[in-house]
Amino acid sequence: MQKYSIFSLMKNAFSNHEKWDLAWKDPSPKKEYDVVIIGGGGHGLATAYYLAKEHNITNVAIIEKGWIGGGNVGRNTTIIRSNYMHDDNALFSEFGMDLWRRMSQDLNYNVMFSPRGIINLAHSDAQMNVYARRGNSMRLNGIDAVLLNREQVKEIIPMADFSENVRFPIFGGLMQPSAGTARHDAVAWGYARQADSMGVDIIQNCEVTGFDVVGGKVKGVRTSRGDIKVKKIGLCVAGSTNILAEKLNMRLPIETHLLQACVSEPVKPVLDRVVTFGAGHFYISQSDKGEMVMGGDLDGYNSYAQRGNLPTLQHVLTEGIAMMPFLSKLKMLRTWGGIMDMSMDGSPIIDKTHIEGLYLNCGWCYGGFKATPASGWTFAHTIAQDRVHELNAGYNLNRFNTGYLLDEKGLGTKTWIS
Amino acid sequence: MLYIKCPHCGWRSQNEFSYGGDATVKRPELGKEVTDQEWNDFVYNRKSLRGKHWELWQHLSGCRQWIKVERDTATHEIFNTLKASEEIS
Repeated sequence: MQKYSIFSLMKNAFSNHEKWDLAWKDPSPKKEYDVVIIGGGGHGLATAYYLAKEHNITNVAIIEKGWIGGGNVGRNTTIIRSNYMHDDNALFSEFGMDLWRRMSQDLNYNVMFSPRGIINLAHSDAQMNVYARRGNSMRLNGIDAVLLNREQVKEIIPMADFSENVRFPIFGGLMQPSAGTARHDAVAWGYARQADSMGVDIIQNCEVTGFDVVGGKVKGVRTSRGDIKVKKIGLCVAGSTNILAEKLNMRLPIETHLLQACVSEPVKPVLDRVVTFGAGHFYISQSDKGEMVMGGDLDGYNSYAQRGNLPTLQHVLTEGIAMMPFLSKLKMLRTWGGIMDMSMDGSPIIDKTHIEGLYLNCGWCYGGFKATPASGWTFAHTIAQDRVHELNAGYNLNRFNTGYLLDEKGLGTKTWIS
Repeated sequence: MLYIKCPHCGWRSQNEFSYGGDATVKRPELGKEVTDQEWNDFVYNRKSLRGKHWELWQHLSGCRQWIKVERDTATHEIFNTLKASEEIS
């Protein structure tokens, strides 16, 4: 594989950049693999990469129904953070933060990781207390957290509404300085390129039509491009998890819901942090191109449509304008939707299943993008060693039987309430 | 925008309704012995169908009645609505 560097850039400049190697190949599926990963999104590609890199398992195929990186890894608002209170979530996410910091070097691909910090705004005394508690929990787990008062927030984000007569005055906020954003497509492409270079087959336009399970063991997978013999399958299909689970006669604590995001027209730099509204559900950052990148609530009903509906978008942007009134002057450039695998306690599942050789990675709700490296790393470990790593032990499927839920937000099973 | 026909009030916009989830999930019978699996299926496990899906909505800003709606989860087309007391045929 051609290494990307200033030298290869200069060298290729002489041939008008027409002789770059393809970043990954387009192979046909072989008859047999050691591991098949279903789903060529961020998590699937990362899993294949870490299988090859950490466990020397390279006879691996990634099967993708469409094209790689076309699902949620290409549809998110690129926020990376580890500001969780519960140990299982905090330690897992912070492990991921470490991988994010090294990712561009690790993949030899500029993922434009920008640790610009995230600020969760508080709009009441009670909310400040809750944030102080969360910040303390984070610091006990070695995650950076700073509680900001109103004046400090005003210094960092002066364009927020600090006037006296607002419905939700800003009391302060909780900041995680090491959080940030990254170029989402580059994450998918960087993992794909490295996985491919280590021998992983990335097979696109290949739909899974069924599974061969004999005596409770995985024997193969049937696809639109032929049957494949395999003993280990990793399911990384986010919003399509229930569709494939049905083919395996499994019922999961997952519902698929629609989440929208949008960007405004590009403007000059006004916001150099990620900011979330504390009195509703709205988050915003500014992209390197100058667009304001915004998102918020689920549309609120089961959906497999990767496109949204206006009432929710209006609701979300009303919150945004309450927080930063200047947004009302901006024109909307694009809106889009993605389908979320909403788990019943708001936390993900990375686990073995009752079928030998079938591994499950799902339930990421709205938090899948930031988890990409840690999810791939732990899922690769779970598949290669046939046992969960301590980092993903809390993300077991059995917690819904035992009642030991990871209810970070305490919302219960109504996944559409966000 | 979804346009939902409330069986009590007629056609109303989505803004007047709130969602209540899968309408085919049934609570295990009261007073009967329930296995962990049955309880788990009732509380957590969902089919989350792609295609026709019977679901509960509440006409919150209208008659406040719960209703059943048959809607396609891929196209968002609504085929049928029933009162909460009516059985899905």
